[in-house]
Amino acid sequence: MKPTIAIREPVVDDALDQAEAKLTPEQIEKVINEVIDKETGGRLWTYVNTCIHCGLCSEACHWFLSNDRDVSFAPVTKIKDTLWVMLKNKGKVDAAFIKRCSQIAHTECNACRRCGMYCPFGIDIAYMILVVRRICAKLEMVPLYLQDTVHSHAATMNQMWVKPDEWIDTLQWQEEEAQGYVPSARLPLEKEGAEIMYSVIGPEPKFLAQLLGNITVIMKVAGCDWTMPATAGWDNSNMAMYSGDFEVMARVERLHHETAQRLKVKKIVMGECGHAFRGAEYDGPTWMGWMKPPIPIVHAIAFYYDLLVSGRIKIAKKVEGPVTSQYPCNVIRNAGLGSKLQYIMNEVCENFVDLIPNDRHAFCCNAGGGTINCGPPWKKIRVQSAKLQSENFKRTGAHTIVTPCHNCHSGVEDIVDKYKLGMHVKFFSELLIEAMEIPEDLQP
Amino acid sequence: MYEFVSGPLVWIAFIIFIGGSLYRIYYMLAGSKKEKVVFPHMSLEHSVASLVHWVIPFNNQSMRKRPIFTIISFAFHICLIFTPIFLLGHMILLDESLNISWWTLPEGVADWMAIIVIAGCIFFLYRRLTDPVVKNVTDASDYLLLAITALPFITGFIAYHQLFAYKTILIVHILAGELMLIAIPFTRLSHMLFFVFTRSYFGSEQGHVKHSKDW
Repeated sequence: MKPTIAIREPVVDDALDQAEAKLTPEQIEKVINEVIDKETGGRLWTYVNTCIHCGLCSEACHWFLSNDRDVSFAPVTKIKDTLWVMLKNKGKVDAAFIKRCSQIAHTECNACRRCGMYCPFGIDIAYMILVVRRICAKLEMVPLYLQDTVHSHAATMNQMWVKPDEWIDTLQWQEEEAQGYVPSARLPLEKEGAEIMYSVIGPEPKFLAQLLGNITVIMKVAGCDWTMPATAGWDNSNMAMYSGDFEVMARVERLHHETAQRLKVKKIVMGECGHAFRGAEYDGPTWMGWMKPPIPIVHAIAFYYDLLVSGRIKIAKKVEGPVTSQYPCNVIRNAGLGSKLQYIMNEVCENFVDLIPNDRHAFCCNAGGGTINCGPPWKKIRVQSAKLQSENFKRTGAHTIVTPCHNCHSGVEDIVDKYKLGMHVKFFSELLIEAMEIPEDLQP
Repeated sequence: MYEFVSGPLVWIAFIIFIGGSLYRIYYMLAGSKKEKVVFPHMSLEHSVASLVHWVIPFNNQSMRKRPIFTIISFAFHICLIFTPIFLLGHMILLDESLNISWWTLPEGVADWMAIIVIAGCIFFLYRRLTDPVVKNVTDASDYLLLAITALPFITGFIAYHQLFAYKTILIVHILAGELMLIAIPFTRLSHMLFFVFTRSYFGSEQGHVKHSKDW
């Protein structure tokens, strides 16, 4: 089989360059065979021995479609250029090859799992990409910015180097902000036995603190019994899951669940983030050998759906004009919340214009799966490869795109910027705050 | 020669096919058991749902997006499986040697079905040579698999019509059929065996674990 011709602009990523310089063929061979023998089993073997090389998966991939059907971006090509070579050579590959593997698996695939839905056999190509990432991570071949977030997780148990005092300080600040709308609003810290533990991702306290204020208002209006931890374990994000450092991934997920157990809550409600849900609900528990999380996890979409359906939140004035919504892969295609998202969008917006394709067939924002966390060096190709979704947004004619996921939010902002769509990008809670009714007795 | 390829060699081919298939399935299941998550994630309901959506043509988004491929692929696979099982010529041999038989296809229909299989192989070959994605992931083994699949039908067609060298072609036909049987468990033709399992697993993971769908 001839090697794929992949034409890319040169990208300088110090971490990849340094890893390439110091890796030895012996290390590489050892790690590849260790991962293949000890960490994979029937699935990988069956997938590789079943794939008939038909290429039907390519039709599913936004990288392939956005880059004028460039073969080197097709899902099957990504496996050919990584795992097939590793398996065929029994791990005897060089450092430059591993570097290319990291580029493919970390920066040119979102592990969105759309291709699995277009494979006649249901071969989970994204799973194989994660195996490649795992091998890369064990060889310390991880893009610099992504690895930095992993270091942050390992050292602080949150993604953004937020210090314990900053965390508490931010929460108290946002409690005061919320009291500007609803004077009796509280952001209860460490309330043992509350019904809900609310958890967020690192970027919320770091640079999107108003979202914490928003949820404080929403929780008060809905009359929820909730709390947030004052200790580490508040961050539900997990970049180690995406780098391939599953040991750190497991530490983060375990602490998150143990914090909820310490607070004796009935469920964890998490903010609008897709990958965090994936990590807490699926990848983390799977790695730790749990069938499901010890305490149920409810994503913001499902939480807001419940509040709206039960009437605990009423809508005073719907958002005017056409509004559309991104469908975050990890909570829609991979968690089935599509119809709930459509319901809450219709409840809050006068004119919800759906994407085509929508629901579980919607395309990825191209920021997910850790690709946006690979940082500025890889931004150009990432946004360029979101061309398809930019056209889908444009077709809706919406003035605002709702993104119930942090990765989508940042990714869609990049899309709007690059393709000059002139649309606003908002979280659902930002729309809800505008539209919901604040009962008279709660008003200032 | 004819006696050997149509006698003991048939037995050997079937024993290797069945034994090899069982072994490969066992190997897959044992490997999956090693991965602690695979079996707990399985669900009968979602496996069946997935299979229903993927063995019926146009019952999923992927197939609807590629109507021509879907029609050719289904016609090819249906003819590939049913022609040899319900062929009158095969049945006569089976009846003579083991005294068992079942319903057979009208000869004219079977003839067309063989042509569909051969045409399907030509279509897949054309795709391998022209579609850039497929071409890029094609190696010698893919051509070999196509040849192994096409040969029994090409030789069978020639033998049925007695176009030339009947005796020789018949022997080649039997050998080709035996080669295909032996190849199924040990090459990627094993997708015939694994299809049910890979589909069931992905359907279960999407449905049972992730509360979504895979079609």
